[in-house]
Amino acid sequence: MFSALSDKLQTVFDNLGRKGHLTEADVDVAMRELRMALLEADVSYGVVKDIAARVRARAVGAEVLRSLTPAQQVVTIVHDALVDILGKSAPLDIGRGDPPVILMAGLQGSGKTTTAAKLALMLRKKGKRPLLVACDTRRPAAVEQLAALGRQLDLAVYSEGTAPAPPDIAARSLEHARHNAHDVVIVDTSGRLQIDEALMDELVEIARRVQPTETLLVADAMTGQEAVNVAQAFHARLALTGLVLTKVDGDARGGAALSIRAVTGVPIKFLGAGEKANALEPFEPERLAGRILGMGDIQTLLERAQSTIDEDEAARLEKKLRKGTVDLQDFLGQLQQIQRMGPIQEILGLIPGFGKLTKQLPVDLDPRDLKRVEAIILSMTPQERRKPKILNASRKRRIASGSGTRVQDVNQLLQQFDQMQRMLKQFSGGRLPRGLPWS
Amino acid sequence: MFKRLFGRGETPDSPGARAQIEQSLGKTRTGLMGRLAEVFGPVDIDDDTWDALEAQLIRSDVGAQAAADIVAELREKARLAGVRRASELPDVLHRVMARALAAAAPPAADGAPAGDPPRPYVILVAGVNGSGKTTSIAKLAHQHVRDGRAVVLVAADTFRAAAIDQLKLWGERIGVPVIAGQPGGDPGAVVFDALNSHAARSADVVIVDTAGRLHTQANLMAELVKVRNVVARVMPDAPHATLLVLDATTGQNGLAQAKAFTAAVNVTGLILAKLDSTAKGGVAFAVVRELGVPIAYVGTGEQAADLAPFDAAAYVDGVLGRVG
Repeated sequence: MFSALSDKLQTVFDNLGRKGHLTEADVDVAMRELRMALLEADVSYGVVKDIAARVRARAVGAEVLRSLTPAQQVVTIVHDALVDILGKSAPLDIGRGDPPVILMAGLQGSGKTTTAAKLALMLRKKGKRPLLVACDTRRPAAVEQLAALGRQLDLAVYSEGTAPAPPDIAARSLEHARHNAHDVVIVDTSGRLQIDEALMDELVEIARRVQPTETLLVADAMTGQEAVNVAQAFHARLALTGLVLTKVDGDARGGAALSIRAVTGVPIKFLGAGEKANALEPFEPERLAGRILGMGDIQTLLERAQSTIDEDEAARLEKKLRKGTVDLQDFLGQLQQIQRMGPIQEILGLIPGFGKLTKQLPVDLDPRDLKRVEAIILSMTPQERRKPKILNASRKRRIASGSGTRVQDVNQLLQQFDQMQRMLKQFSGGRLPRGLPWS
Repeated sequence: MFKRLFGRGETPDSPGARAQIEQSLGKTRTGLMGRLAEVFGPVDIDDDTWDALEAQLIRSDVGAQAAADIVAELREKARLAGVRRASELPDVLHRVMARALAAAAPPAADGAPAGDPPRPYVILVAGVNGSGKTTSIAKLAHQHVRDGRAVVLVAADTFRAAAIDQLKLWGERIGVPVIAGQPGGDPGAVVFDALNSHAARSADVVIVDTAGRLHTQANLMAELVKVRNVVARVMPDAPHATLLVLDATTGQNGLAQAKAFTAAVNVTGLILAKLDSTAKGGVAFAVVRELGVPIAYVGTGEQAADLAPFDAAAYVDGVLGRVG
């Protein structure tokens, strides 16, 4: 995440010096970095070549806007190109059919069953009466899994065990849905390899019997170079209508989605994050493009924070952040929570534009430094934590000896805290820190 | 690993295992061979040759940086050895990569004691969601049963719906007892009780299934560390092996996964699952190269017998897209 493309390009262009427009040589160097970045993000090799060519054509001779560095300019062009390719989010087509059917397909372990349950829950929130259909008769206990999810979430599940053929189960489920006034049916299927002819035939047969209005390919965000072959094969047999990218709560950059979209033209419909049933998100091209480029993903940060941070406290803090009135007590709380979230550099890397900023920050964040900072703040009185301005020399001496540090350390912390506060004020004022490609 | 440890089991060189890997790797070979045959024909090496080689590695998910490094190393070797013909390069590269796999990960790198294995030999299995842990465990258990060992499975995935049922069904299929707690229970407690049970104490091999977790979920990783600590508390020298299941279709994120799991629970070996797909699992090479964690097994299908000891030569053949 933190080896962001913009950082690398910045280094490249720093060496080239600053110019008013992008020369061919500049762009060539940049394209190498771009190719590496996209490949590291698991964008397929062929698609990377196409993107590089596209960006190159746009970038050569492009005038560098006064507000941008050449690196930022290139990243902006790349970002726009990716957003173009990713396309717009498309709504779920469940307005026709008796009842409308959503068919889930994908490789083993891509997250079909979990996604099916998430979809059902989302549709119920919109006032629908979804029916989940268990057609994965192959994997041991897959039917039980869907049934258990149904019980947990109070969702209707249709299953016939594992003996009948999946196309028959699917067909009969429609009858059941009509009798029980379900207005949308979600058919969960076995995971299968796209090269398994017998199983692909079975899937085609299910589709023929239920005539889905939506056929969704469920793909793991961590998928590598094979994503394209997999998606092409499923698309050729099933005429996919949408893609769901799962497990985006991890740190995979999700280049697979870009490749699949570029090669099949199938729109990305949702992102699946987390194992909690409500974690299905609409797809936003800008956000995914930023993630693929490793430009940081504030949403991922928030999500990760949510998994470790108490919600009420987060809401309180957000308010304070917006007002720019964070004090040392909040800082301490954050510090303690951040340490629970994972390595600090990684977390900062998730903040857009912080990739480079992280290195500029005076705080060289060693876990022991964090402990020291914690000790210093813990040695302050509640009043001092709220109003660090009142700290005079004698108070600082007391704090230093209380925390086993030196007065310089206390001063350094206060200085850093002051800087942070100013930065936050900049954020809350609607201005983004420099270093962002589109700032 | 076990072949060394117990002196039984199928060796990677045995025709059965090799054929299994080859069959699973070979499905897309013909297409690639056609493409590569042109570049690696009896012609002089030029820039296209190197690019094609690098592209092949990248397409197999070895990773852009690793691919560039490998090709750079190969260039140097080819220069020193005076290799001129492009047709000779794949063999040289094959040797370079196979050696790298052997050097970074000697077969005994899992720290298993030679001679008499401890009883029970406890194996902890971890991985991200959907990587294939439960299926891999069933296959591993099947292999030990086939080799005449008493196996007990511990279902410590108390989180995912019906995960316990899944393992129990496998247990019935392969005739192995499964010790499980309640869904939603504390996995540490399940493992504690299981390892203290008579069944586990009198088994030869105990395999612990854990819930899938993304390596970025700090609290779930902490839970895994706890499970491992519980194992170590009940049996001081256990777990004797900690296996990470890596999906062969995974791209560069596999490296991040391996790093995080290794840091958390000291992974001693990889199971490269789903190698029967069209993916080549090249990221495993990057993992071995960077972390020195050996690949112990490869998964080659959905049946209980579809697990093979790792065979470097066959694997590299797959990554290079050639017939072994």
